[in-house]
Amino acid sequence: MRFITIDKKNWAKGIGKSRETYRLFGPVKDKNGCLIKPLENDTLPDMTYPDTVMSAKSVLFPQTEKMLFTSLDESQKDHHIMKRTATDYTPRAVVGIRPYDAKAMELVKLNFDTVDYRDPYWCDAYDATTFIGLGINTPGPFDFSTSAGSGPFGEDGLDVLLADLDDTYLAKVLTDKGDAFIDACGFYTTADETESQMLLDILRKQAEKNIVSHMDTTRLKEKTILELYEAPFWEDISFSCINCGTCTFVCPTCWCFDIQDETKQNISDRIRNWDTCMSPLFTMHSTGHNPRGTKTQRVRQRFMHKLKYFLDKYDQGIMCVGCGRCVKSCPVNIDIREVCNIMNSYEKQD
Amino acid sequence: MENPYMPYPVRIDDIEIATEDKSLKTFKFIFLNKEDEKNFSYQAGQFAELSIPGVGEIPIGIASSPVEKGFVKFTVFRAGVVTSHLHNMKKGDIMGIRGPLGNWYPWDKLENKNVVIIGGGFAFTTLRSSIIYMLDPANRGKFKNIDVVYGARSPGMLLYREELFEWEKRDDINMHITVDGTDDPNWGYHTGFVPQIVEQNAPKADEETYAIICGPPIMIKFTQPSLTALGYKEHQIIMSLENRMKCGIGMCGRCNIGKELVCKDGPVFTLEELNQTPKEY
Repeated sequence: MRFITIDKKNWAKGIGKSRETYRLFGPVKDKNGCLIKPLENDTLPDMTYPDTVMSAKSVLFPQTEKMLFTSLDESQKDHHIMKRTATDYTPRAVVGIRPYDAKAMELVKLNFDTVDYRDPYWCDAYDATTFIGLGINTPGPFDFSTSAGSGPFGEDGLDVLLADLDDTYLAKVLTDKGDAFIDACGFYTTADETESQMLLDILRKQAEKNIVSHMDTTRLKEKTILELYEAPFWEDISFSCINCGTCTFVCPTCWCFDIQDETKQNISDRIRNWDTCMSPLFTMHSTGHNPRGTKTQRVRQRFMHKLKYFLDKYDQGIMCVGCGRCVKSCPVNIDIREVCNIMNSYEKQD
Repeated sequence: MENPYMPYPVRIDDIEIATEDKSLKTFKFIFLNKEDEKNFSYQAGQFAELSIPGVGEIPIGIASSPVEKGFVKFTVFRAGVVTSHLHNMKKGDIMGIRGPLGNWYPWDKLENKNVVIIGGGFAFTTLRSSIIYMLDPANRGKFKNIDVVYGARSPGMLLYREELFEWEKRDDINMHITVDGTDDPNWGYHTGFVPQIVEQNAPKADEETYAIICGPPIMIKFTQPSLTALGYKEHQIIMSLENRMKCGIGMCGRCNIGKELVCKDGPVFTLEELNQTPKEY
C-alpha cells in the first residue's frame, strides 16, 4: 500500500498514457445521463458526476454477451459443435468507479466464482480489470452505503482509491493491479503515508456525516427464512409494484441472466442477457405452472434474496451496497430501506 | 477449470417412442469424443442440459444408469420449444449435452437399507436409472428390500414397459405397477392411483427404510400422507424437484427455493429439508 499525489494538470496526460496498456472505462455524460462506458478516443472520465444512472456491473457482465457459437451448415466441418466466442480480455481499467459499485463486484464474485464452478466470462473479465475508485465527497440523498457494508470511501473491491482534493487527487494504491495502473499512468509523486491516511479519514468522516438515510440490518440474521417469507407484510410492500424490473437492471449486485440462442445466416450464437426476477417468465415452467406466478411472490423473492437468502448462504453481509439507484429509479417509490427495516424489526406473532 | 457452459458434442444414436400417445421419446446419445464419456461420469438422480445449437437448452433427468456404458439416455416429454424441436430430430443428428448437473439420490446413506421407489407418469426417468443401478450384480448386495410403486394413466403410458415386466418376474425386487384405469381385460397388475397403491403395498417404515418419490406435484401431494400413515419420517422421504433452469450450475438465479438452488444444491432433497424452505416449486 502506498499513497501518490496526482496534480490534476497531469491527469489527462497520465490517463492518456495508461491507454498504451489498458482499455479504459469510466463515467461519461450524454443525453441518457451519466453512464459507465468505454472511454473512446481521448474521452476522459467525468469525475464530477455524483452517480451514474446504471451501475458499473456491465463492464464485467454486459447486458448482452456472446458465450458460444457454431455453424448450423451441415456441409461445414464441426457443424453443431459449439466453441467459445472470442472476447477481448486484454487489461482494462474502470476509472472513476464509485466505492459501492466496486464493493458490489466482490459480492457478485461470490456467485460467479465458486468452489464447484467458475463462470469463465465473468471471471476472465474480472481478472482483466483494474478498478480505480473515486471517493464520494458529498453523497447524494439516496446514498445509504454506510448501512450496507460499503461507504463513500469504502475500499473493498478497489485497486486504487482516489480522493478529490480540488487541485489534486490523492491516490491510495491498494493492490498490485493498482500499482501497475499508477505506474502505467506515470504518476510517481509519493505522498506521506501517515498524513495521507489522516486526510483520507477526515474526508471519509465528513462524507459519512452527509449520509442521512439508513437502514438497520442487525437483526436479519437471527430470523428464520420461513419466518420472514411467511410474514404478513409482503402484500402491502408489493401493492404498488408494476414489475417493470428497473430495480434489478440498475442494481450493481443483481446478476440474474437468461441464455438464448440466436441464429443469423447459419451461424448460431449462444447469448446471455440480463434477466429479472420481476418477470413472470423468469420462473415459468413449460407446463404453464409458475412457482412465482404472482407479483407479490416476485417482489418477496427480490427482497428475500438480497436481505436474507444471500446473507444466510454466504455470511458476507447483505446483497446490497446502498447505492440507492433502485430507490431513485423506482416508478412507484418502493424503497429497499423501508422494506429492510420492516423485515429487520418483524416479530412473528404466535 | 473447464467452461461449464460448453456442451459435449453427441450424436443421436437411437430414438424410441416411449408412450402410446407419442408425447415421450427416449433418445440414446453417443459422445463424439470418447474421453467426454469419462468426463460425463454421473450418479443416478442427476440431470443434464440437452443442448441444441440454434434452439436452446433444457434440463432433463438422466434415464440411463451409471452401470450402462457406451451411451447416455434421456426420455423427453414434448412440451416447449426445445423439446418439440428435439422430437423432430433424427438419428445421426449432432447436438450437445452439458453435465452431469446437480446432486443425486443419497446412495451412501441408502446402503444396507430398504428402498421404496415411488414414481408417477413420466417422472420415472431417474428412477429407472436408480433401479438399474441397484439391480446391477455389483450393487444389489448393498441394498436390502427394494419395492417399486409406479403408476401411469393407462398401460400404454407406462415408461420402459419391457423392463418393468422383466423386473416383475425377478425375486429381488417387488414391483407394484398400477394404472389409473384400463379397458384391457387381461391387465394383470394394479388399478388405482399411486397414493392408494402405496398405502396398500409399500412396506411400513422402520429406521432402515427410505422412500424416493418422483412424480407430478399432485401425486407427491397425495402420496405424502400415505407415507406418513406408514410411519415414514420427514428425513426418510427423498424427493427430486424440477424448476425452470438455464445455467444448471447455480448462477443464473431463477430456480431457487429460498437460499437453495434446485439445479446445484438439488434437485434431490429430503422432505425434512424442503420443510425448511419456501415451497416455490
